[in-house]
Amino acid sequence: MAHDSLYAAPPSLADTEPEAGRLAGLRGALGSWDAAIVAALVVAVLLAGLSVPNFATGRNAQFLLLDLVPLALLALPMTLIVITGEIDLSVASMVGLCSTLMGQLWLSSGLSLELICVLVVLLGAALGAVNGLFVTGFGLPSLAVTIGTLALYRGLSFVVLGDQAVADFPASWTAAAVQTLPGTSIPAAVVPVLLLAVVFGIVLHATPVGRALYAMGNNDEAATFAGVSVPRTKFWLFVVSGAVCGLVGVFWTLRYASARGDNATGLELTVVTAVLLGGVSIFGGRGGLLGVVAGVLLLGVLRNALQLADVDANALTIVTGTLLIVSVVLPNAVADVRARLHRRRQRARLTAS
Amino acid sequence: MSLTDTGASVQAADNPPPGPGRARRGLTERLLAVRELSLLIALAALILVTTLRNDRFLSGQSIKDLLLGCAILVILAVGQTLVIVTRNVDLSVGSILGLVAFATGELFLAAPGTPWPLALLLGVALGAVCGVVNGGLIAVAKVPALVITLGTLYAFRGVDYYWAAGRQINAADMPRSFLRLGNQTVLGVPVLFLVALIVVAAVGFYLRSYRSGRELYAIGSEPAAARLSGIPVGRRVFAVFVANGALAGLAGVLYAARFGTLDAAAGTGLELQVVAAAVVGGVAIFGGSGSAYGAALGAVLLTTIGSSLAVLRIDPFWQQAVVGALILAAIGLDRLLALRMAARLRGRSAHGA
Amino acid sequence: MSPGAPGAESAPLLELDGVTKSFGAVAALRGVHLALHPGEAHALVGENGAGKSTLVKTLAGAHAPDSGRMTLDGRPLQLRGPADARAAGIAVIYQEPTLFPDLTVAENIFMGRQPLRGLRRIDTRAMNRDAERLFERLGVRIDPARPARGLSIADQQLVEIAKALSFDARVLIMDEPTAALSGVEVERLFAVARSLCERGAAVLFISHRFDEVFDLCQRITVLRDGAWVSSDRTADLTVDEVVRRMVGREVSSLYPKQDAPLRDTLLEVRGLSRAGVFSDVSFSVRGGEIVALAGLVGAGRSEVARAVFGVDRYDTGEVRVAGRVLPPGNPGKAIAAGMALVPEDRRQQGLVMELSVERNATLARRRALSRLGLLLGGAERAEARRWTRRLQVKTARLAAPVATLSGGNQQKVVLAKWLATEPRILIIDEPTRGIDVGTKAEVHRLLSELAGEGLAILMISSELPEVLGMADRVLVMHEGRVVRELPRGEADETSVMYAATGQGATA
Repeated sequence: MAHDSLYAAPPSLADTEPEAGRLAGLRGALGSWDAAIVAALVVAVLLAGLSVPNFATGRNAQFLLLDLVPLALLALPMTLIVITGEIDLSVASMVGLCSTLMGQLWLSSGLSLELICVLVVLLGAALGAVNGLFVTGFGLPSLAVTIGTLALYRGLSFVVLGDQAVADFPASWTAAAVQTLPGTSIPAAVVPVLLLAVVFGIVLHATPVGRALYAMGNNDEAATFAGVSVPRTKFWLFVVSGAVCGLVGVFWTLRYASARGDNATGLELTVVTAVLLGGVSIFGGRGGLLGVVAGVLLLGVLRNALQLADVDANALTIVTGTLLIVSVVLPNAVADVRARLHRRRQRARLTAS
Repeated sequence: MSLTDTGASVQAADNPPPGPGRARRGLTERLLAVRELSLLIALAALILVTTLRNDRFLSGQSIKDLLLGCAILVILAVGQTLVIVTRNVDLSVGSILGLVAFATGELFLAAPGTPWPLALLLGVALGAVCGVVNGGLIAVAKVPALVITLGTLYAFRGVDYYWAAGRQINAADMPRSFLRLGNQTVLGVPVLFLVALIVVAAVGFYLRSYRSGRELYAIGSEPAAARLSGIPVGRRVFAVFVANGALAGLAGVLYAARFGTLDAAAGTGLELQVVAAAVVGGVAIFGGSGSAYGAALGAVLLTTIGSSLAVLRIDPFWQQAVVGALILAAIGLDRLLALRMAARLRGRSAHGA
Repeated sequence: MSPGAPGAESAPLLELDGVTKSFGAVAALRGVHLALHPGEAHALVGENGAGKSTLVKTLAGAHAPDSGRMTLDGRPLQLRGPADARAAGIAVIYQEPTLFPDLTVAENIFMGRQPLRGLRRIDTRAMNRDAERLFERLGVRIDPARPARGLSIADQQLVEIAKALSFDARVLIMDEPTAALSGVEVERLFAVARSLCERGAAVLFISHRFDEVFDLCQRITVLRDGAWVSSDRTADLTVDEVVRRMVGREVSSLYPKQDAPLRDTLLEVRGLSRAGVFSDVSFSVRGGEIVALAGLVGAGRSEVARAVFGVDRYDTGEVRVAGRVLPPGNPGKAIAAGMALVPEDRRQQGLVMELSVERNATLARRRALSRLGLLLGGAERAEARRWTRRLQVKTARLAAPVATLSGGNQQKVVLAKWLATEPRILIIDEPTRGIDVGTKAEVHRLLSELAGEGLAILMISSELPEVLGMADRVLVMHEGRVVRELPRGEADETSVMYAATGQGATA
């Protein structure tokens, strides 16, 4: 099919400036925020390494990375969900419920631990499916739904184990969770996290599904008209989020060798902080995975360094909160100043001509 | 200032308006009434069932405990209503409450002779300052409230911890007159609850009957249109956050008076209960509709569920799960009502031309 | 004619001089002049992207001009926001309604100016009464106490008009207010505008419908590419002259549908029904054919299109593409079967405003452009460049958000998006709504050419000349049913309007 015969097209700007267009595209893909957050991460690591004793040690790196595994894992599906304009606040409660169920199954079912792990991940997916069903099936706002399931799942995790803890997991399993890669102090658990991050990154940035996620985050009606099945896509995102929570539940239980009802309480706020710090817009439609990974690391490094510098763990929340606020206020402020400068320049040009 | 269209009144002289639509209440108003009525019915049913199981549930002491228990949540839920109606949310209320409560204790430690009304005023003022921080960041930097108040949730709590540095303040440190405020009754009704009632009535009346109150609904219903019709959106949203901060401050002082024993963790996680109360009370999470009365009823219902579970001898671990399920039920019910209303309105849409 | 329009040159009520406004690199207004005289209706015409809407927003106080002067009654006027414009007596009816869905109709009208009673409380009863009087003046019946949510577009527009009326504005600005209104409603609106003029108000009227412009207005100002072209008395102008000034060149035949050989039936709709919306709709479209779906606003035409494409569900009936049944409720399947739907509301349904031109143009093709499920390399860019060039989309760069484009160029991006899917069946809803004359002709020529290539085209249009000029067959809908089918030879203004208004529907 060709309609080239239609008209002799005059050169439009799109043709005359292909190079500028490509550069701008590259900048769009990499994003100035991504660059800024990576730079901030590098600066933070260097500063901490130079000024905080014990920061730049292998042992600290191991604990720093181990502590970050749950946060990093949960941030991956959360990024995709926030980009579609939704949010999942129930992640930490799902981790808690998966953890207590793992404990209860180990305590009373007599199944092998391998099978239990698989069951727990499937169960997480089922919990996510409940969220997805309420959000897409009944058309309810995800903020309200997941605040509800946040309370529901946390409540159920207390129902499962009460205030008891299950701790008698086989030592070989709990040791495996904190094991390092041979010859290094990097925990082995980092490898699957990185693999998953790559998978999520490709899905988001280089597949038709990723394009659809951005489109529905900005305007779900237009996305529907373009053939995107918005409810189905969102449903599966919530299921994936739940499955990842199952995974984190297993890891958390083994890492701390304890299945308790209050495991991971409050983690959802840190996850959202990391995602927004990574440059994802809370309105949906904007952000990238590289920034989020950098955001997770930045958050972890800062907290770890300050803890080593003997700052009270609870007071550390000032840092988390301030980082979050700065991360959303700063780009806006910069854009504002830029727009003002641009206008002034234009006015100057007008008066000059 | 009751200016009306002069042209219209000229016309109306020879052409009186048709009867219907004058005395009749608006459909929205009627729907709200349905929403509040259904809450009352649920509350009544709950109390009935619980009383049938244990008639002490309706004893004077138990009712007094109930009223005392819900007062603080009611005040916070009403404040939150102001915010949610404008399509915002304030997650930092729990932290503001904690900070103000601790500050009140510190005040009495430092100046034991402080009269309680002054302490009350100072607490409200401190809460308002926190609200100014929230509102300022949101209105000036044009950043979504969810993100900013998530940040200040951490930041205020961090300040609280930093200040407290692990200390605890006891009832013995506070004057008797102040502590009486928390437990005294007037004609069998706790003072705390009376304060809450005044707040509910004032905010409810304001939201329904004042221009600026209606403008809050307009802002939440369609922010862009609100701007185009000349509503000072930034200023109103700012004011709403300051008001909510002040109410959280009030709640903080009352918290100190009621419990006497204070540490930096006071009110942790309360923000979810507050949002839950508002949502259960029919305040639409995406702004534009809901009333202070509904939110207050929601808060009462949540508190009553807590105490009736104890009376019904249901494992207290179930309480949080029930709250979660209730949130889901409430937003589901709202959705159903909205769908039915939409179907009815479609039928009415055809107008005689 | 209103008093003072001819002869005596009254001092302008509101005057703009050398007003300039740019967004980023795009200059939307370049030194625009405009003088609105009391007692006169003044038309503002120009192609899409000529800067009309920007000018309206500047007058409304929503945009601050970069430079230039505004005067009201000869005194300098500075608008710091919409509230200032209101205080100055400037009322605006926007192209797209700006209502609060959760509030009642009366509250929407009187927001910020509600009648008060004791303690400065809002007097709801008085407010509803006043609203009812306004509606009476407009001759319509809308319950003032119902919420605005669920109002039809036409009703929403009427509420906007009532709102503007309630100001008793000195300057009334109407940005394409008639797009969604029926003939009777337009007449009433004009009667109201005239009565305002008689009381000394100035009216600024923006429309693409020349019959309305010439009917209502005493002066016409033409804009082109953000610059002022001319301001003249209507009496000194002809439609052809205005069109020539708008496009800056002569426009040849507006509706050039060429005869094309008819091919096999591509789209077949049988007994399609949806309770309360449309019922028992059957028709078929063959390759090379343009079938127009005519009817009044609200007859259910767009709803049928949405259901055929799968955006909405239907209760009974079936849709066949080239003989094969299309599963209901799945636009993805419809696209895969070779169907494309260019929706009526491009801002809401056609485009993702914050995404780039490139992403928008290739959104519906994202699967076809991927290799092994991955979208790498420049496949999207190449595709987008091909189609934006073909349709002459004016944009600084393909990576620019589509929101930065003018309305006409946005419509072209929507077209590009759907033509890029290389459809066999094209459903196009109001192809030229809100589009200027020059682009209109381009769109019509494009449709004709597409039909010539064998596409089956179903066109929904409210403009009779377009229907009669473009369609091989006309289906007329009335109250959710197809009441007449007219081949090209039998379709004329009378027969189509006769059927559309429900007269002789039983025949």
